[in-house]
Amino acid sequence: MCTPQRIGPPTEGFRETVPAMATLTILSGTGKSGEPEAISRLAINAGECLAVVGPTGSGKSELLSDIEQLACGDTLSGRKILLDGKVPENHWSSGGIVAQLSQKTGFIMDGTVEDFIRLHGRSKGLERPDLVEEVLHMTNSLCGEPVLPESRLQVLSGGQSRALMIADIACISDAPLVLIDEIENAGIDKLQALAALTASSKLIVLSTHDPILTLMARKRVVMKQGAMSTLRETTAEEGHCLERLRAVDAVLFRSRDLLRNGQSLTDGVL
Amino acid sequence: MKIITVAGTPCAGKTSVIAHLVRLFKSEGVEAAVAKFDALATGDDAFYRKELGIPAIKGLSDYVCPDHYYVSNLEEVYAWGKELKTDLLFIETAGLCFRCAPHIEGVPAITVIDNLGGVDAPEKMGPALSLADVIVVTKSDMVSQAEKEVFRYKVRLVNSTAAIVQFNGLTGTGAVMLKRLFEAWQDVAGISEAALRYSMPASICSYCTGEMRIGKPYQSGNVKKIQLRPESERT
Ligand SMILES: Nc1nc2c(ncn2[C@@H]2O[C@H](COP(=O)(O)OP(=O)(O)OP(=O)(O)O)[C@@H](O)[C@H]2O)c(=O)[nH]1
Ligand SMILES: Nc1ncnc2c1ncn2[C@@H]1O[C@H](COP(=O)(O)OP(=O)(O)O)[C@@H](O)[C@H]1O
Ligand SMILES: [Mg+2]
Ligand SMILES: [Mg+2]
Repeated sequence: MCTPQRIGPPTEGFRETVPAMATLTILSGTGKSGEPEAISRLAINAGECLAVVGPTGSGKSELLSDIEQLACGDTLSGRKILLDGKVPENHWSSGGIVAQLSQKTGFIMDGTVEDFIRLHGRSKGLERPDLVEEVLHMTNSLCGEPVLPESRLQVLSGGQSRALMIADIACISDAPLVLIDEIENAGIDKLQALAALTASSKLIVLSTHDPILTLMARKRVVMKQGAMSTLRETTAEEGHCLERLRAVDAVLFRSRDLLRNGQSLTDGVL
Repeated sequence: MKIITVAGTPCAGKTSVIAHLVRLFKSEGVEAAVAKFDALATGDDAFYRKELGIPAIKGLSDYVCPDHYYVSNLEEVYAWGKELKTDLLFIETAGLCFRCAPHIEGVPAITVIDNLGGVDAPEKMGPALSLADVIVVTKSDMVSQAEKEVFRYKVRLVNSTAAIVQFNGLTGTGAVMLKRLFEAWQDVAGISEAALRYSMPASICSYCTGEMRIGKPYQSGNVKKIQLRPESERT
């Protein structure tokens, strides 16, 4: 007859701890045609953001996937990823270390926003009563249409879902490293979003085509033919350019709002 | 020969995971073969032969309990792999009940589960999940980071020691991480005296031998009855 072994009720309260992380180092490999990369070593610290730029097909996603897989010379590029200067210990899993903001714009879970936030909080040992308020405060600063605690996940718009996902990563997720693959068309305030994530002292790697996000990141690596070709920091002059670009962006934002609300555009608005 | 049992819910991505691994191993000259166990039908063996060009067979349990059929044919599958002189033998199982696990003592055990089954899915999965050495979580591309984290937490409640590997079955992201685990695994010298990690349900009753009618007169052998009232109320 059957004698159940190890199986039993779940051990309530079991929780994984995620190590804090101060630096991410990328040791170079080769580009698409096998040539060594121009940038041989690239390091970023917690609280910093690295933009990965380059034309479509230049290898942005591949670099992000190397980081996600904690590459140790065994991926297409031959790159190596070090955390705090060392090869990560459990290098078969980056689950607790890397959080991802993908192009996904909806949840598969059902239920209210409040229950969802509480569930995620509980899985991380965060039971404080004002957690829902905190996450929604940030969510609603990223997105025009307010998300309420009693809203159902399944009826949120793409922009609302995205905003909630970002606020959730900033407030609840304990992964020290965040990977973002092209968020520009998400219907949210992308600048606020990046600011919110950086403020949570996470280390962010962001692939983007957006000049504002690129300059906001302060450090950027330029991809060419699959290789890291140039590393730049936002210069003082680019800092001024960033201000002007933001003004342009604000005009675009306002115009879009006016037009889609049925109004007509006037010189005064611009 | 290394043997790896790969279990998981239907369509969780077992074949996708094996396929991406096999491609990586093949590029290093490591040879693989797959035996697929299923209940009624499967196209997986044809997929492995055609798309990957590796030896593959299938075993369909048909009218026999899929779990019992599986365990009764392990020696034969082992012998098949040996004869091929393959380096890796994957045993992919589908159609087993959640009461069972195909995992074997001393043989690396992978269980594949996808993010889409809901957060209560891990609890319901039984020994296949709780006794696995590696839990491969697929279809993360379909969910948010928060859903991934909650799901991982729920998996951890059921199995606190397994390596959990996130895997995208479409792109193969995660395959190199899973592959790193293989290095520590030893060749299996023989399977004949090995034991299952979890016992299989007893099933010697009239229905095992083809009875289809409902009712007491048709039930004989090992029959278990539902308890309609608590123990204390029964006389
Ligand atoms: N979006 C997405 N789809 C996936 C992923 N992994 C697998 N799939 C898809 O899921 C479907 C089932 O995958 P299989 O690998 O055949 O699943 P299986 O577990 O071998 O299925 P059975 O052997 O029939 O039980 C296929 O259409 C895959 O392309 C993933 O990570 N993301
Ligand atoms: N260093 C590299 N070595 C080999 N192949 C690469 C490398 N970088 C990128 N590739 C391949 O080039 C293609 C395009 O890269 P991808 O990362 O998707 O570009 P992007 O995200 O910039 O559009 C992919 O098929 C990818 O696997
Ligand atoms: Mg890309
Ligand atoms: Mg299959």
